[in-house]
Amino acid sequence: MLFSSLYLRHRKSRGVEPAQFHESTAIEIAWTIIPTIILIAMAWPASQALIEMYDTGGEDMTVEVRGYQWKWQYKYLDADYNQTFAFFSNLATPADEIHNRSVKGEYYLLEVDNPLRIPANRKVRFLITSEDVIHAWWVPDFGIKRDAVPGMLNELWTIVSQPGIYRGQCTELCGKDHGFMPIVVEVLPEADYDAWYSEQLRQAQARKEALSKTFTADELMVEGEQVYNTFCAACHLPNGKGVPPVFPALDGSPIATGNRDEHIRLVYEGVPGTAMQAFGNQLDAVALAAVVHYERHAWDNDTDDVVQPRDVINLTAGEVQ
Amino acid sequence: MSDIIDTRQEFTQDFDHDAHHDVQPDRGIVRWLLTTNHKDIGTLYLWFSFLMLLIGGSLALVIRTELFEPGLQFIEPAFFNQMTTNHGLIMVFGAIMPAFVGLANWLLPMMVGAPDMALPRMNNLSFWILPFAFGLLISTLFMEGGGPNFGWTFYAPLSTTYAPDTVTYFILSIHMMGASSIMGSINIIATILNMRAPGMTLMKMPLFVWTWLITAYLLLAVMPVLAGLVTMMLFDIHFGTSFFNAAGGGDPVMFQHIFWFFGHPEVYIMILPAFGIVSQIIPTFARKPLFGYDSMVYATASIAFLSFTVWAHHMFTVGMPLAGQLFFMYATLLIAVPTGVKVFNWVSTMWRGAMTFETPMLFSIAFVVLFTIGGFSGLMLAIAPADYQYHDTYFVVAHFHYVLVPGALFSIIAAVYYWLPKWCGRMYDESLGKLHFWLSFIGVNVTFFPQHFSGLAGMPRRIPDYALQFADFNMVSSIGAFVFGFSQLLFLYVVIKTIKSGEPATGRVWEGAHGLEWTLPSPAPYHTFTHPPRVVDAEAHS
Repeated sequence: MLFSSLYLRHRKSRGVEPAQFHESTAIEIAWTIIPTIILIAMAWPASQALIEMYDTGGEDMTVEVRGYQWKWQYKYLDADYNQTFAFFSNLATPADEIHNRSVKGEYYLLEVDNPLRIPANRKVRFLITSEDVIHAWWVPDFGIKRDAVPGMLNELWTIVSQPGIYRGQCTELCGKDHGFMPIVVEVLPEADYDAWYSEQLRQAQARKEALSKTFTADELMVEGEQVYNTFCAACHLPNGKGVPPVFPALDGSPIATGNRDEHIRLVYEGVPGTAMQAFGNQLDAVALAAVVHYERHAWDNDTDDVVQPRDVINLTAGEVQ
Repeated sequence: MSDIIDTRQEFTQDFDHDAHHDVQPDRGIVRWLLTTNHKDIGTLYLWFSFLMLLIGGSLALVIRTELFEPGLQFIEPAFFNQMTTNHGLIMVFGAIMPAFVGLANWLLPMMVGAPDMALPRMNNLSFWILPFAFGLLISTLFMEGGGPNFGWTFYAPLSTTYAPDTVTYFILSIHMMGASSIMGSINIIATILNMRAPGMTLMKMPLFVWTWLITAYLLLAVMPVLAGLVTMMLFDIHFGTSFFNAAGGGDPVMFQHIFWFFGHPEVYIMILPAFGIVSQIIPTFARKPLFGYDSMVYATASIAFLSFTVWAHHMFTVGMPLAGQLFFMYATLLIAVPTGVKVFNWVSTMWRGAMTFETPMLFSIAFVVLFTIGGFSGLMLAIAPADYQYHDTYFVVAHFHYVLVPGALFSIIAAVYYWLPKWCGRMYDESLGKLHFWLSFIGVNVTFFPQHFSGLAGMPRRIPDYALQFADFNMVSSIGAFVFGFSQLLFLYVVIKTIKSGEPATGRVWEGAHGLEWTLPSPAPYHTFTHPPRVVDAEAHS
């Protein structure tokens, strides 16, 4: 109607004379007031929803969500906010699918090795922060999204009634692999969750006991390769060639073929002001020893030393877990 | 009715006095390097911004090529991030803003009856900074470690601690662009406030002049904020400060507050002159005075004022107190009111007019319709609890491209078609112009409309690869992008053809055109209004 009156009937080619009205205070006031009323009608329920979303109290459990370039870490906290156990959640899609060398799976880029697990029907509070740059944690089905800001703690909460698998992605540009750090949440029935939780506590204890063990070189290479591919390969690449100058090559590098203790210390402390993170915060002594051992023996690197968990513990004055 | 016609602005002017002042320009490259003539500088700005549009557009096509299908086919993620970042920076600072400054240079003196801009030498400087600023920015793409890769919003600490070494060149180029913009806006304010012809009172100025006056004040207010921000970055990177580093007592979120205190007014810097252009063109082709001139001026001023109070709506997910969320949500909703008034006024101007649909009018009508779509998606984003779902997804990408491409860019294209005959004295080819319009109109919608859906389905922005459920929308979007991108080459052809061999244009050019610039012959002489014209003091917009 509007369009036909505007554009069809009032064509000059139909010989119409243009009207010359150009002002009406009454109508100007009307189309100021009416939209204002509509906007107030929109703002009212929005404010109500916002107030409820901000009510993070009364939680049944708390999980700390920590963003890293380019993975998520989930730390399960007890009632006093002490960490009970923690794990990393990495992209599980194989590089072959990303580079079109094999057929893409149903959950291409939306699958991880270790999903976050939470119980159904309980109020879960998330404390969200970051280790390096700003990330954002978003699960669309939960209707919540919050930035993970280094040095700040943000809060979110959810109660999921339907057990199942929920998927999301990082939604704040965080560098090279921003598109490759998905979020997968597995919501378990309450009893299943409690059983899983107890098992995790038991495994965390067992891992602690492994710190004093002496490993064979083969064991270290197997464990080390796995750690390398999860934590190091995103930047230094699986073949150790890196992307110089930002991500140096490890294959043949003076550090990976030089002094063993300096190599451990660099991985442990990171390099401030660069993308090299302090992996002392992320890996235990077993994993650190294994990955350093791996880097010193993989590709063309061939040093004659062995790295044991106790070497890492001694070198870092026992700070490492 | 007839007495209302008589009360429109009527202008007369006296060419006799101008004749002996009509100095002709230098020849060759010297003319363009040393020129202080507002028409020459306007031309330089317009060609420069068109070049930037092509470069920025090429980067966009690289992005859309990679996103045509899931998987990494053509470029690596690190390079993809450089493409998105530089596409944004080049389009915002290199294409849209200089194009509006170019139009201001060409048109403001002719519209207010002034001989030139108030500060002609500074005018030359503010243009010639730009090629160096963008040369520097673009050269970083070829340096070791690559160019800026942290998004055009360059959030710390990705842009400080984690940035490539070339970030220092990026900071310098932003400083140069800022200096150019500040000089340009000082010049525009000085020209409008001091050099209007007798009788050209503020409330008789064409709306393009009004919107640019307000825009210039916005620029003057926020470009120094941007300069301060990049300086703080420079200190964090090189001089050991911790403005944006929590480990040193700083705050990464403060970066975003400062950025968006610049960034939101910046959004209006890119749309207010567009409002002005459309307010000039629609009355011409509706052959009917602009409806509600006064309310248009007041609405523009309200939008400009409110633009300083809404910045944190870009940061709803960053984590801020409830009271902050509510304030910024309400302030943002409020902007819809004056914006609505403008849209209603444009529609009422066309209502019961005698319409013709030349190319500038087509682009202007498309502006009104598609800008309104962008406005409505903006309203959806303003609702904070709903914004959690849209934030940093393709829905936001669709939203701001709807206000910037069929918004700002269409208005610039409309302006070029509308005033080109005045500039070069020749008419463009109407059939080719219309073809360009329809290709652009279809291309832009095919590109950006599906992005609403991929965003609502959960696709984050700035990702080089995506999950399979987004594949169809992305493929459609990429096809649209190529149609839209390549149809701008047709625009280039039309403009060159007009300059070389168009039919001669009359002084008035358009039957329904009103305003001082149309009282001049076409092409406009090198020097115009060396003596102020007499502006007939009619009650133009009482």
